[in-house]
Amino acid sequence: MAGDAHEGGGFNIHPMDQFELKPLFGGDVIHWYTPTNATLWMLLTVIAVSLLMVAGVRGRALIPSRAQSAAEMVYGFVRKMVEDVAGKEALKYFPYILTLFLFILFANLIGLIPASFASTAQFAVTGFLAIAVFVTVTAIGFYKHGAGFLKLFWVSSAPLALRPILALIEVISYFVRPVSHSIRLGGNLIAGHAVLKVFAGFAGALGLASVAPILAIVAIYGLELLVMVVQAYVFTILTCVYLNDALHPGH
Amino acid sequence: MEGDIAQMGQFIGAGLAAIGCGAAGIGVGHVAGNFLAGALRNPAAAGEQTATLFIGIAFAEALGIFAFLVALLLMFAV
Repeated sequence: MAGDAHEGGGFNIHPMDQFELKPLFGGDVIHWYTPTNATLWMLLTVIAVSLLMVAGVRGRALIPSRAQSAAEMVYGFVRKMVEDVAGKEALKYFPYILTLFLFILFANLIGLIPASFASTAQFAVTGFLAIAVFVTVTAIGFYKHGAGFLKLFWVSSAPLALRPILALIEVISYFVRPVSHSIRLGGNLIAGHAVLKVFAGFAGALGLASVAPILAIVAIYGLELLVMVVQAYVFTILTCVYLNDALHPGH
Repeated sequence: MEGDIAQMGQFIGAGLAAIGCGAAGIGVGHVAGNFLAGALRNPAAAGEQTATLFIGIAFAEALGIFAFLVALLLMFAV
């Protein structure tokens, strides 16, 4: 990320260029089936996750290797989160949630490698993940409770006169969920990467004094590592919260 | 000239939208600070509530991210 083409001096910073989609095999037109750099980095993410979770635990040793204990820790962590937030019956959907968590975590962390591409900074990617969660959770709610799922919007603890208004607000907030769910993740990534790029631009422009922005980049990079993990956690835990709403509707 | 004024409006608007990011900072600080105040009074109950803490932070932060998004749209997409 640092030092690509900004060394020319002057504040010629283009922090948003790093999110540009490019077709992998030349050409300019991007159709829905064109493999782009986002495709490549998502593929690498899947490979990394598979390496950890499939190859890492293949030994099934009693005394785990480093990879195996890391994989077991992630597994246990997500499982406990699902159980705590959404209850025991949500464990049926634990594989989906673990997949989400691992994909987002690895995509975030791989996107942080200098000169790589942050696939989860694309709203198309995060939006798809969020809409998938939204559709899944709504389907589970209607499948489990039928029309009783609509009790989620009918706040029975409120005064009767207030309930239609609250129902309207609840419906709106329900349908805004995928929007905020996806934009939270994508926006955090865009913000973090853009800040890093802006500081890299300073480093290119300042000459000898660029020690200060470079030190700042190191500090921000540490912060971003934290943000990446926390955002993966937040995305997953919100999925659990939505799942909990679908499994136990009504207030 | 007119283009310049429109661009000035974009930049001013983006700067105003960035205020929202600071406001989200206040919100996140409130959430975390109150959590810490409560956690120090009753440390035994704090561990189970970290999930709630992160959910609260996420909701507060989302609005800041929306403000940031508006700023980005003004800068690059209008």
